[in-house]
Amino acid sequence: MKLVVNGQPREVDVDPEVPLLWVLRDRLGLTGTKYGCGAALCGACTVHLDGRAVRSCVTPVARAEGRAVTTIEGLSEAGDHPLQQAWIRHAVPQCGFCQAGQLMTAAALLAEVPAPTEEQVDRALAPNLCRCGTYLRIRAAVLDAAGAK
Amino acid sequence: MPRWGLLTTLCVACAHPAAPLPPAEGLRPVAAFDAIAGRRARSVALFDEVARVLTHPRCANCHPVDDRPRQGLDQVVHDPPVWRGPDDRGEAGAHCDACHQERNSEVSRVPGAPAWHLAPASMGWIGQSNAAICAQLQDPARNGGRTLAQIQEHLAGDALVAWGWAPGDDREPAPGSQAELAALAAAWIETGARCPEEAP
Repeated sequence: MKLVVNGQPREVDVDPEVPLLWVLRDRLGLTGTKYGCGAALCGACTVHLDGRAVRSCVTPVARAEGRAVTTIEGLSEAGDHPLQQAWIRHAVPQCGFCQAGQLMTAAALLAEVPAPTEEQVDRALAPNLCRCGTYLRIRAAVLDAAGAK
Repeated sequence: MPRWGLLTTLCVACAHPAAPLPPAEGLRPVAAFDAIAGRRARSVALFDEVARVLTHPRCANCHPVDDRPRQGLDQVVHDPPVWRGPDDRGEAGAHCDACHQERNSEVSRVPGAPAWHLAPASMGWIGQSNAAICAQLQDPARNGGRTLAQIQEHLAGDALVAWGWAPGDDREPAPGSQAELAALAAAWIETGARCPEEAP
């Protein structure tokens, strides 16, 4: 199966029903995307398909064929995406496990809505769990990155 | 509608009430309504049978009157928390197809069907009476500009509607089958697409 992951063509020999998450982590070594619940309930595994956020733990890899897959490793070349910079300014992460998913969801939001309202930020990120409770810093960082300080 | 509701409707609608239809787990076939005297009463009874599907949680959970999909037979608010969004397909960053695939996921139990989305708010009917739902269905301003024939086609052939009878995992399916629903809807339209009256 031919994939394009973070702009690079990749070829993997896998069952088309295997979740994209496991192809990314186990076959391609992209371990920035995390396994949280395996049932699309927490958002830790969020990546982009053609720029839209999807939960890779429940997305069959076949759905990614012929589409652009972006993981946290590919969000920016130097780790300096406006969201990543805002994440640092606001010291968002605590344990950090959910943060790749939070960032990828936030990036998908800003790609669709460059200047979201607070409510839009909350609604986009509400399905992403953070057991450390960094929600207020996440919201502040997203609004900061969007230029809505 | 509970069985007593159907009986009440029949009694109000007919000058000479027909014998009550026997209770049914699945949908009654169209022929079961032939004995009802009067075209209007037969049409109302056919709609009430159609409404057993429309109001079943498997179908109604995606027809909320607000912006929050429901889940389960107890129709609790969808968890994880999600909202309708501007196109009934979720909010930016949290679209329905972020999680819902084109088919049910056996491993994760996440339900799926092609074009998973909510019905528009104008077609929300959780908590509405059969009379109100019937009026909604026939109102082009609320039903997406559909004719009755197009409504019947939607019920008969839409892949997302079909999911109601193949919900996967241990979910209870909607009553009957999509083909039985299609036949009942066609018979309802053929008898004048009459609506039940609101209970006093």
